[in-house]
Amino acid sequence: MRLVLIGLTAGFFSALFGVGGGIVIVPLLIMLLALGPRVATGTSLAAIGVIALAGTVAYAIRGEVDFGYAALVGLPAAAGAVLGTSLQQRISQRTLAFAFAALLVAVGVALLV
Amino acid sequence: MEILAAVLLGLFAGVLAGFFGVGGGILFVPTLVFALGLGQLEAEATSLAAILPTVAAGAWSQHRHGNVRWRTAALVGLIAIAGIEVGVRVAEALSEDVLRRLFAVLLFLVAGQIALRARRS
Repeated sequence: MRLVLIGLTAGFFSALFGVGGGIVIVPLLIMLLALGPRVATGTSLAAIGVIALAGTVAYAIRGEVDFGYAALVGLPAAAGAVLGTSLQQRISQRTLAFAFAALLVAVGVALLV
Repeated sequence: MEILAAVLLGLFAGVLAGFFGVGGGILFVPTLVFALGLGQLEAEATSLAAILPTVAAGAWSQHRHGNVRWRTAALVGLIAIAGIEVGVRVAEALSEDVLRRLFAVLLFLVAGQIALRARRS
């Protein structure tokens, strides 16, 4: 029952915003299934794999997916993520967190104007 | 020029995604809108495909650390398909403007969450 709630929320959120939905899945796994943060993050990533694939298919059927652009952004990002994960061990997250939050706010404002 | 910008922004988005443990989607969508000129809906759809390589690599590395409960992940993913159908229809029904504004609100919420988490730690 709880899994149904998590799945439906995650799928809706992911498709509506074009994001993986980790931001809703991780807290739900922690709150509703009592998973630890590490396992919640790992399980969320695996679930997002299925969700993003299904979302891609749903949008591709409607002709909305540009696969060339997806590869152009997505492949360098995969390489970058490996780098980012290894940097995590060396740089304090706290130092950069506020800069990242500020960047997101700036991008949000740019989308609004 | 746009292509170079997209590759660099993709790389940058990936580094941030790996570093902060967020998916790249939140950064892919604006990259696709601003650097490559896609509409909001097309950018969101394309972002989902762009997420796949990063998520596959991330899930594999988490699996090796023993952090993935595959049964739970598969169930959540499969049930999510119903939610995805609804989400796609809502996104299609909304105007590009409304969708873009909702996405901006999402960015503000995630920014708040990250700042809050950093303050607590």
